[in-house]
Amino acid sequence: MGKEIIRLEGIKKVYGNNEVLKGVDLSIRESEVVVLLGPSGTGKSTLLRCINLLTVPTEGHVWVNGQELTAPKVNINHAREQLGMVFQEFNLFAHLKAIDNVAVGLTKVRGVKKEEARKRARIELERVGLGDKTDLYPGQLSGGMKQRVAIARALAMDPKVMLFDEPTSALDPELIGEVLEVMQKLATEGMTMVCVTHEMNFARRVANRVVFLEGGVIVEEGTPDEFFQHPKTERARQFLGKFEGQFQ
Amino acid sequence: MELTLQRVITYLIPYLLGGIGVTLSVSFWALLLGALGGLLLAFLRVYGGRFCKVIMVAFSAVFRAIPQTILLLLLYFVIAGSINISAYWAGTLSLAMISCVYQQEIFRSAIESLDSGQMMAARALGMSQTKAIFAIILPQALRRALPSWTNEVAGVIKASSLVYIIGVVEIMRLAQYEIARSREPFAVYLAVALIYFVCTYAICFILRKVEKRLAIPDIS
Repeated sequence: MGKEIIRLEGIKKVYGNNEVLKGVDLSIRESEVVVLLGPSGTGKSTLLRCINLLTVPTEGHVWVNGQELTAPKVNINHAREQLGMVFQEFNLFAHLKAIDNVAVGLTKVRGVKKEEARKRARIELERVGLGDKTDLYPGQLSGGMKQRVAIARALAMDPKVMLFDEPTSALDPELIGEVLEVMQKLATEGMTMVCVTHEMNFARRVANRVVFLEGGVIVEEGTPDEFFQHPKTERARQFLGKFEGQFQ
Repeated sequence: MELTLQRVITYLIPYLLGGIGVTLSVSFWALLLGALGGLLLAFLRVYGGRFCKVIMVAFSAVFRAIPQTILLLLLYFVIAGSINISAYWAGTLSLAMISCVYQQEIFRSAIESLDSGQMMAARALGMSQTKAIFAIILPQALRRALPSWTNEVAGVIKASSLVYIIGVVEIMRLAQYEIARSREPFAVYLAVALIYFVCTYAICFILRKVEKRLAIPDIS
């Protein structure tokens, strides 16, 4: 595993009277696959969004690839190009064909020519197994396909890190597999990934590290083996108890 | 009755059509300027922070609570009193300002009806807010706005008949002349109604075709 690529220091996020994150430190290295686990409403997604500043932390510092994003006068748009993000609800651009969903970042952000961007988009769509769906609109795709297009859209920007925000939570059970497969392939190819998920088997098989959050703090972290076989804290044990069904 | 219809068709309609160019050009400019202004104000209202929002809400409330005729006259006196322009442009600008406020509401609700994830995904790709607005939000918002916008088009074409009160010679003005001459208000107004009906219906028909053409394909 390579050098540190993401560092979070003392991240706090307060909404009104509700302190969602209460001071989180996290360091992620190149090619690492980190899974954020924890009960709902515990700040996992908020933490993930703090990495690319879609959510601006109330306090704390974020470094990506050596650059502090929380410093004043940082060009956040530029910084976000290195951070691909995949959302629970896909958020594909509804008025664009699959291929243009993937190409639009290149044309609008990087200034790449349309033809060239589409060429690249085609490659990315093939990579997620959708080479034959390039001309369909999001409304014509299944949930699993939408999410794979969304992954291709993020990959087209050559991100250094991919952030996944519950990528399979909005999918019908039979469509989850195809998305996890793509993610697993990415992990094997050495992509750095930070992933909020409830897919325990994915976490076990693919993650290098599991980070367990509860109540806005990191309660426990470790390798999947450590975490799933020998959870150190009572809270982690309780949490895992609820997923026993998934492990058979 | 037969005589009236014959007169409507052979004399009144051709005579009144002399004003249709003005009616349509007043409507066109009012709609175009209103659309540009309305879009700008709608985006300012949605993305421009609290101050912009408060101003727009107040503007809307005032404009919607006053009859268009009164607004037209007030704006006409303000515009014609402050800059030296023809009654035609003063009337057109007044209509444009009224339409601008209505269109702002149409575009605002279209923008707000879009899923917030669209903007988020665009920003996550590295687009600035302005880029995201032009590349992602605007094309979708315009499609959503089109049905209500078609209504506004019909509204403006009809409201353009009001500029006759400030002396612009369009269909309604010609109608007034003709009534003064022939003292046949019913036949004249019937002819006016027919002309407006055909114009408005045809334009709305075309816009509905455009709407279908631009619809984003989905599974159905």
